[in-house]
This record gives sequence, structure tokens and C-alpha cells, in this order.
Amino acid sequence: MAQIICENLTLGYDGKTILKGLNLEIQKGQYLCITGDNGSGKTTFMKTLLGLVAPVSGRIWASDGLESVQIGYLPQQTQIQRDFPASVYEIVLSGCLNKTRGLFYSKQLRQRAFDNMKKVGIEDLAMKSYRHLSGGQQQRVLLARALCAADKMLLLDEPVSGLDPAAAQDMYSIIQSLNRDGMTVIMITHDMSAVRQYATHILHIGSDVFFGSKSEYLAKYSL
Amino acid sequence: MFEKLFYYFQFEFVIYALVVGVLIALCSSLFGVTLVLRRLSFIGDGLSHVAFLGVAAAAVMNMTDNMLVVLPVTILCAVLVLCAGQNSKIKGDASMAVLSVGALAIGYLILNIFSPSANVSADVCGTLFGSVSILTLKKYEVFLCAAVAAVVVLLFVMFYNRIFSVTFDEDFARATGIHAGVYNVVMAVIIAVIIVLGMKLVGSLLITALVVFPALSAMRLFSSYRTVTVFSAVFSVVCAVLGIIAALLTGAPVGSAVVAADIIGFAVCVFAGAIVKRV
Repeated sequence: MAQIICENLTLGYDGKTILKGLNLEIQKGQYLCITGDNGSGKTTFMKTLLGLVAPVSGRIWASDGLESVQIGYLPQQTQIQRDFPASVYEIVLSGCLNKTRGLFYSKQLRQRAFDNMKKVGIEDLAMKSYRHLSGGQQQRVLLARALCAADKMLLLDEPVSGLDPAAAQDMYSIIQSLNRDGMTVIMITHDMSAVRQYATHILHIGSDVFFGSKSEYLAKYSL
Repeated sequence: MFEKLFYYFQFEFVIYALVVGVLIALCSSLFGVTLVLRRLSFIGDGLSHVAFLGVAAAAVMNMTDNMLVVLPVTILCAVLVLCAGQNSKIKGDASMAVLSVGALAIGYLILNIFSPSANVSADVCGTLFGSVSILTLKKYEVFLCAAVAAVVVLLFVMFYNRIFSVTFDEDFARATGIHAGVYNVVMAVIIAVIIVLGMKLVGSLLITALVVFPALSAMRLFSSYRTVTVFSAVFSVVCAVLGIIAALLTGAPVGSAVVAADIIGFAVCVFAGAIVKRV
């Protein structure tokens, strides 16, 4: 059953239209890679899915019981975050905020934060300051935070940008194992080898728009 | 020196000034961390000039209690800047500059043209630098200030986790189902209230110092959000007390003395931070 359905969606921001007439369905458990040139609207599409940017026209349906409190998001890092005085634990825990109705975190949620730090291999950095970490470590912190928020779906905006090949490989295998456990993954990437290796479906945004399974994509562009 | 100090502490107005000073310093430092991290350091300056315009307007209209004009106007501007700031055509610092300079100029203009008072420059100086008003506080003003401070601290503690989340990454918070907009409005209102209160202590020109110095000093020494917040509150309170005492002993204006204490404290923290890094 489809978790997200986009119907005749037109994207844009500040009154500018960047993509017209997009129709697609995202099923549970898919690994969707979004590719395309810089400025083609990949991030805008992801932000529209997340409700951060309003669509110019058309509709987005969330179904199969998908709610925004079940979605995890790994955004591109902002300048503000790079020198933000916060410990790794504080940042990861903030991902659990959508799981609490109360003012403070329960023991259960603190355990959830710890489990997710373990999952991405940063449990020994818990009390370290975020601004003193390497790019790869910072990216893992943001992934652990996204996992705290995510139950059903994970949206990743260039999760390996700025990482060295080994760190990127680690990142990919963590995401793959999450996907195997049933998490729907939507990932923006420029890395075609990763697309070939991991994606089940591809959305290419550019002068011509393509949406379909990986085999259709490879056949169409004879890659 | 201590004799002189003990002599001063027998006066009620000195105690009032200390109490109010400490409370305002505490409140401004709590939200200062958020403002500095969100690159909104100058919001204090801009809003206090808006508040100055409010004071001027109230004076021209011959109102006895200018809070009725100042507070709503400042809150409105705070909400506009903090909530619409990201999406507006004029970006962050530029819109702040327009608001700040514009409000100051218009305020001074209407004071000069319409003011019933004979000594305009003394009025302006008092509002801008908060020279004497903190030493002429009435009892009900102290209680009002204490009540507002209690509410501000309570709200801060209650929404601490949400404030952190929205400050660190507003997009993530909104994407995962947190009503970031609500917290932005609440924060804007609180910040406006703090700034209007802070004008009593240091005046509208120096309020930015109360917001910025504690946060910057704490960030030199500490690296988790919790420790930064706690230290900046302690730093701000200590500097306010030392500044007010120094002002009493030397007869210097209270506002500038508090800010001078903040600057010295900041220098100490920069120095200590450099040493800690070296070791």
C-alpha cells in the first residue's frame, strides 16, 4: 500500500515554479533515490513532502497510517549547526521530541536515543561536543537523531556529502540495514554507484523527469 | 569601601535596584543563548529602539503608564521579525537595521516636535542609557518585575527541550511534527517582555549587551547546551550584581556599569577558554 501519493504536483518557492505535473506513489519499504542536477528541485521536492514548503499546486496524500510524527529527516547541515554548543546526546535526544506529549523525556525515550547512537556507532561520543566532531561523525549524529524521530520513513538529503569514501560506505550500509528492517528510505544523492547498488526506485528530476523502478531506469538510459 | 556599601544597603531603593537587576539579567541571559545561536543577536537592539519609539509616543500622549503602549508595540514587532523574518523579501539583519534605525529616528523626531517636557535631551538620555530609572523604582514595580521574571523562568524550564530543538534545527522540528511556529511566537513574546523590562536596567542602547555577553562568554568555556545555558545565567547575574555595586560606589550610571562588568567578564572567559584549549 502506498505511503505517499503525489498527484499532479507542481513545486516551487518564492513564487517561482521549478517542476510541473509530478505524479508518483511511494510504497512501504521502498528505497527511493532522487537524482538530478543542482538547482533542479530535489531538496524542494523533499521539503514539500515534509510540509516545509507548500506545493504551488496539486496534492500530496499520506496514507497507510503515515503521520509526520513517524518520519525521520536528515537535512543538509546549516552554517548555524557547525559551531553549535551542544553535546551529541542532547542532539540525538531532541529527535525523540515528537514521541513525547510531556515536557521532559521519559526513561524509555532516553533509552531510544542511546539505542540509536549505538546503531550508528557513536555511543562513545555521547558527551562530546557536536562542534568538535569530524564531518562524518556529525552526519552520524544527525542520522541517529533522524532515527529517533522515524518509525516508518526516513528522508535523507545528501547524507554522504563531505564524507570520505570509508565514512560514506559506513553510512550507506547503516541506511541499507534500516531499509531491510522495513523502513521506507527516500534519499537525495549525486552518487550514481550508490543508486545502482541500493535503490529500488529512482526519481530523476531535470529537463526530463523520470519515476520508476531501478531496472526501468537502467533500461531506459541504457546504463 | 565596605562601610559605604553597608550604608547604601540600608536604603530600600538600593535593594530594589539589586533585585530587579538580578532578575532582568537572569531572564535576558536565558534567552540570549537562543538568540545568539540563531544569529539574532541584534534583535535586542532593534526591539529596544521600537520600545523607545513606544516610550516617546506615550510621553507625547501624556500617558502616566507608558507600558500600555510600549509592551504591545514591542511584542508585535518581535513576532513580525522572529516569525516572518525567514521568509520576507528583506532578509534578517537588513530588516532589523531598518526597524532599529527607523524606530529610533521617528521616536526622537516626535519627542522633539510634540514633547510637553522642557528637557527633551535628558528624557532621551534616560531612556537610551537607563541612567536613573532603576534607582527610582517603586515597590509595585519590583513585584511586577519579580512576577514577570518568575513566569519567564518557568516557561523557559517547561519548554527547554522544545527551545533547544527549534534553535538547533527548525526545519527538522517542523518536519517531524513539532509545532515550531507556536514556540517561535511564544519566544518572540517573551523576548519582547524581557527587552522592555531590560530597558529599565540598562536602557535601550545597552540591552544587546545583556543578551549577548553572557551567551558568548559561556560558549567560550562550555560545549553542551545545558552547561552553556546554566553558566550564562550565573555569569549574567554575577556581572549585574558587581556592576550595580560598582555604580553605587562610584556614582557611575548603572546601565553602563553593568555592561562594563559584562565586558570584563567576557574578557576573562575568552582568556580562560584559550588556556583550557591549550592544556
